[in-house]
Amino acid sequence: MIVRISDDSLAIACGADAVAAECERLGATVERVSSWGMHWLEPLLEIGGLGYGPVGVSDVETILAGTATSIGPIEHHPFIANQTRLTFARAGKTRALSLDDYAATGGWVGLKNARMLGADATIKAVLDSGLRGRGGAGFPAGIKWRTVADAPLTVTAPLKYVVCNADEGDSGTFADRMVMEGDPFMLIEGIAIAALAVGAAKGYIYIRSEYPHAIAKMTAAVTLATALIAPFDLEIRVGAGAYVCGEETSLLNSLEGKRGEVRAKPPLPAHKGLFGCPTVINNVLTLAAVPYVLAEGAQAYADYGMGRSKGTLPVQIAGNIKHGGLFETAFGVTLGQLVNDIGGGTASGRPVRAVQVGGPLGAYHPVADFHLPMDYEAFTAADGLIGHGGIVVFDDSVDMAKQARFAMTFCAVESCGKCTPCRLGSTRGVEVLDAIAAGQRTTANLALITDLCNTMKFGSLCALGGFTPYPVMSAINRFPEDFVGGVVG
Amino acid sequence: MESAIENIVARYTGQQGSLLPILNDVQAAAGWVSEESIRFIAKALNLTRAEVHGVVSFYHDYKTVPDPRPVVKLCRAEACQARGVEKLVEQAAVTAGARVKIETVYCLGLCSVGPAAMVGDRVYARLDAAKLNAVVAAA
Repeated sequence: MIVRISDDSLAIACGADAVAAECERLGATVERVSSWGMHWLEPLLEIGGLGYGPVGVSDVETILAGTATSIGPIEHHPFIANQTRLTFARAGKTRALSLDDYAATGGWVGLKNARMLGADATIKAVLDSGLRGRGGAGFPAGIKWRTVADAPLTVTAPLKYVVCNADEGDSGTFADRMVMEGDPFMLIEGIAIAALAVGAAKGYIYIRSEYPHAIAKMTAAVTLATALIAPFDLEIRVGAGAYVCGEETSLLNSLEGKRGEVRAKPPLPAHKGLFGCPTVINNVLTLAAVPYVLAEGAQAYADYGMGRSKGTLPVQIAGNIKHGGLFETAFGVTLGQLVNDIGGGTASGRPVRAVQVGGPLGAYHPVADFHLPMDYEAFTAADGLIGHGGIVVFDDSVDMAKQARFAMTFCAVESCGKCTPCRLGSTRGVEVLDAIAAGQRTTANLALITDLCNTMKFGSLCALGGFTPYPVMSAINRFPEDFVGGVVG
Repeated sequence: MESAIENIVARYTGQQGSLLPILNDVQAAAGWVSEESIRFIAKALNLTRAEVHGVVSFYHDYKTVPDPRPVVKLCRAEACQARGVEKLVEQAAVTAGARVKIETVYCLGLCSVGPAAMVGDRVYARLDAAKLNAVVAAA
């Protein structure tokens, strides 16, 4: 009997290793596959397409004996059946480090097509697909690639690089981690296509140190795929616990062996990036979407989505949520659908009060915003952002004044220190919010924090200082009752 | 000690931007980055001590004082906050006492099954007070 259990670190954290060991002890053959992304059901055990979960060691015997109740066929579970999985098409189905599994499920077709098409047509395909950077900025990937491809080589900039930003530090996000742990060859294929398109001979994947399982899988996968992507040379680099290194210029400094301080732009990394050379730097999800675009065609990808937000977005539903996990869907699904219909409301059973969208630098949205569609422009218009697609749900026990203070604290802890609005503003912000919480000169201090947030928003070098005002001001403006009697400056 | 650092530095000879990989290995092997190793690395990479020190002091992962205590990394970012991690902090500190170091990290990518923690490469999720106590006690 073949039993499939994920070896994704989330499944392991929920006890998958012990469950797998028990299955083997009882004579079953265990296949460790990627995670389906139904996290509330992990460890999820699959036998002949039927799912059982969450499974504890003591449940294994009855499951193997066929007397346990299953959740039914996993493929038909509403959480899976309602998704449009392009990037996560293999999730739950293949073994992460099996080249056979990857090739048998359409792997390397995109790279093969790119090699046949050549650099120009490959870039055109990415442009036509409408794929935008999934790291948060939403910049069209094809334009970035074209800029690097067109950048001239010089004596001081003799080569080009591709860098994959795998410094996924946003709370509430785990899609990059799931790609790296579950489908590493897809990411490698995407990077290899980017390298071919822009003419880069060398690439780096910069992974945060908090992801040891992803580092191990990617390292093994790069070794296995060396011959398949040659002569392109891909290297894994590991961060050292600095959130700001998820900012692209800070990441480049870190790769160069420097302090992860943000660089002023221009020059853009596309002109002057790693070691002063033209560099494509893209997020994991952006590069992971590329094999599909090249395999199925630009139009196939562009057919999904709405407006200028094309394709699919792997939404990460997290926090106080009943059915948390990875939900890949075309842009346009509403926030309310994600939280209530798909996520099933809070895990605590209490009413939802706030939802932070887009990580620690994203705005807190009240239930009144549940009509908002997941679309870059719609969230911008509502004073928010989609960011990396993470959604963190809070129930009615949340104190929004504390959340606003935490946003400033986080910014102070993680600021690289290069620019004043972020370095000083975050600490002053904590102090002003403490004064408001203590009831000191509330109206004046609310005016002061609003002014400070404006300075940070428009005066900071990067999104850390520039976007910290989103959680702070959304908490103040949308949940004024938590800031002493609702007096807003 | 000297030869251990020599070996680490030698491992990255010829690689561009090798300071972080070297420091990561030193931190992993010794548990901290000593002034002595900063001097050695600076000399080997033809950097100033100030440059290496600047990098060491920038990143949260690098420690400049030795600390033999086992470390429990506890995520206290928003998603784990929403799942009640703050209520566990005080008791965990009591259990940890002087023997275990509880270090705050912001996000382990286990945001749908928090509160989450990590000891070495081992990850733990769905922590409540009892489970976190067990993790701390076993660290």
